[in-house]
Amino acid sequence: MADHSDEMIAIGQCRIRLMRGGRGAPLVFLHGGGGIGIWLPCMARLAKKFDVIVPEHPGFGASDTPDWLDNIGDLANFYLDFLEQLDLRQIHLVGSSLGGWIAAELAVRNATRLASLALVGAAGIHVNGVEQVDTFLSSEERRIRDLFYNQELAEAVLAGTERPDVEDTVLKNRMITAKLSWQPRGYDPNLRKWLHRIKVPTLLIWGAQDRLLPQDYAFAYQQLIPGSKAVVLPECGHLPHVEKGEEFAAELERFVDAMKVAA
Amino acid sequence: MKFFNFHLMPYRHADLDAIGRNGSAWVTFSNRHYNPQKGAELYHDYLDQLELADELGFDGVCLNEHHQTAYGMMPIPGVLAGALARSLKRAKLAILGRALPLLNNPLMVAEEYAILDNLTRGRLIAGFVRGIGAEYHAMGINPAYSQERFAEAHDLIVRAWTEPGPFAYVGKHYQFKYVNPWPLPYQNPHPPIWIPSQGSGSTIRWAARMRYTYCQTLSPIAAVARFFQMYRDEADKAGYQSSPDQLAWSNTIYVGETDEKAVREARPHLEALMNYFLKMPTEMLLPPGYTDPASMKRVRAAKVTGKPQSIDDVIKAGVVIVGSPATVREKLAEYQDLAGFNTSLTKTQFGTLPHDMARANMTAIAEGVLPHFRDRLPQGTRREAAE
Repeated sequence: MADHSDEMIAIGQCRIRLMRGGRGAPLVFLHGGGGIGIWLPCMARLAKKFDVIVPEHPGFGASDTPDWLDNIGDLANFYLDFLEQLDLRQIHLVGSSLGGWIAAELAVRNATRLASLALVGAAGIHVNGVEQVDTFLSSEERRIRDLFYNQELAEAVLAGTERPDVEDTVLKNRMITAKLSWQPRGYDPNLRKWLHRIKVPTLLIWGAQDRLLPQDYAFAYQQLIPGSKAVVLPECGHLPHVEKGEEFAAELERFVDAMKVAA
Repeated sequence: MKFFNFHLMPYRHADLDAIGRNGSAWVTFSNRHYNPQKGAELYHDYLDQLELADELGFDGVCLNEHHQTAYGMMPIPGVLAGALARSLKRAKLAILGRALPLLNNPLMVAEEYAILDNLTRGRLIAGFVRGIGAEYHAMGINPAYSQERFAEAHDLIVRAWTEPGPFAYVGKHYQFKYVNPWPLPYQNPHPPIWIPSQGSGSTIRWAARMRYTYCQTLSPIAAVARFFQMYRDEADKAGYQSSPDQLAWSNTIYVGETDEKAVREARPHLEALMNYFLKMPTEMLLPPGYTDPASMKRVRAAKVTGKPQSIDDVIKAGVVIVGSPATVREKLAEYQDLAGFNTSLTKTQFGTLPHDMARANMTAIAEGVLPHFRDRLPQGTRREAAE
């Protein structure tokens, strides 16, 4: 039997794709601008300890593109509806890249259903003077290579994107990512003003070789979110959950276990 | 046929090898390569050329807008239009066009165009474009909102010209408590609106319905003919028969003594335009959201931005016309009949072509081509649509 379900659900009028598997405390994973294709090995591992819930954002992949979708705030509010409709409580909210930005916006608005927050190579703030690649002005190949430290992984991903069905999804995801993050590029200047409101235990997981949002961003978030903890994984690019799935899952598990001890 | 002299105002002293190494003359090509002394000289040469066009009997002159590129030095075309507004004696003055979605305040275009229309006593042609993809990188404007912003800015400008102010405007992208521009345009109700495009179906449909003159940019003549037929069909669907005056073909013409001499003289300058000034990677030309995914896939599949083109390629495809006066007349007549346009937007300076050669070319066109087309209308083009 498959260890997870993969189906369409409606939140209000908006139908989205949702993958879900495992038992335990709810862990909601919000994907980045590249979308979410498959149930990743790290999700299978986490499903042994958590109820792992992986929605595909409105505007991405198989999900609807609603008329109201203009900015990251819209998605943060959408996911507050989502958590309410699924009646999830004591949630471990994990967000990667653009999904990390959504998670941070959500936590600033209303953290009452959250037990913890983990931001993974998260966008959402700007740090002056840090060199970052411009993914919108990179060739397809350069863009994918820049995501990874391990170039063998990059080559495997590149081989996969040439399939015509994948090309449609890539174009759809790129289009909505531009809409949500083109200007200002990948952040909202208002977010950093309110990150101090996040009171739940917060973990920042970053790849040491993240070229999109280099580890300076982890330390900037750490200063802005009181009591947050940063972990930098060696030999890892922008997507720790893909490139270092085992270590990523282990860090999350350790973080949640430490919360229990503290409680 | 009407002849407009179209200038791109390239920075023709640009180091072509440096453009080649950078991969493009746009956005990322450093302005360290710009020399203001040379640039100043070029602005004066180019304005002199457009004033010469007026003296030689061209019906109008055209400027356009591009940002952060050696391809064209007209980020603010209104400044150059202002310089021409008092020196052009008869020619119409066309800006093709202002890139509306790049503006956070489109009312400034309503104002700018109204001033120019007053200065020229009603000889302004108001062009509106979305700008090419590179502009969205250069100006920090979200390409995914390009179409929405264009539609809204256009509506706002036309209302500002036609509805007595002050009135309030509340759009998604633009909001104004008071819309009440002084001055108003000289022409009533407003200057003719022309819409240049690379051939987007939705733009052609919209321009036909609005009865705006549609200008086809740099394309092989067979494609131009298809796009113009689409326009005529859309006009039919909208319940009127469009006139050939509503169709303008943007081309490049170079006239020499013989075909062979013309090609030899134009070759390095035209190839510099095609292979250096115009060159840009797909991700710069088509940022995500600038156009719908289907068009995006078509362009990616065609890989249009990659391959080098020779002057022979673009002559053969009918993108440009180069030759003796007789050859140019013959080709232009053939293309006019094939595509059914009655306005030629003609570049006479292109790429690295020097001032004296551009002037000689303009004179040769004025003497050897223009008079033959003065009263010529496209022949036979309506037939397919009528049958």
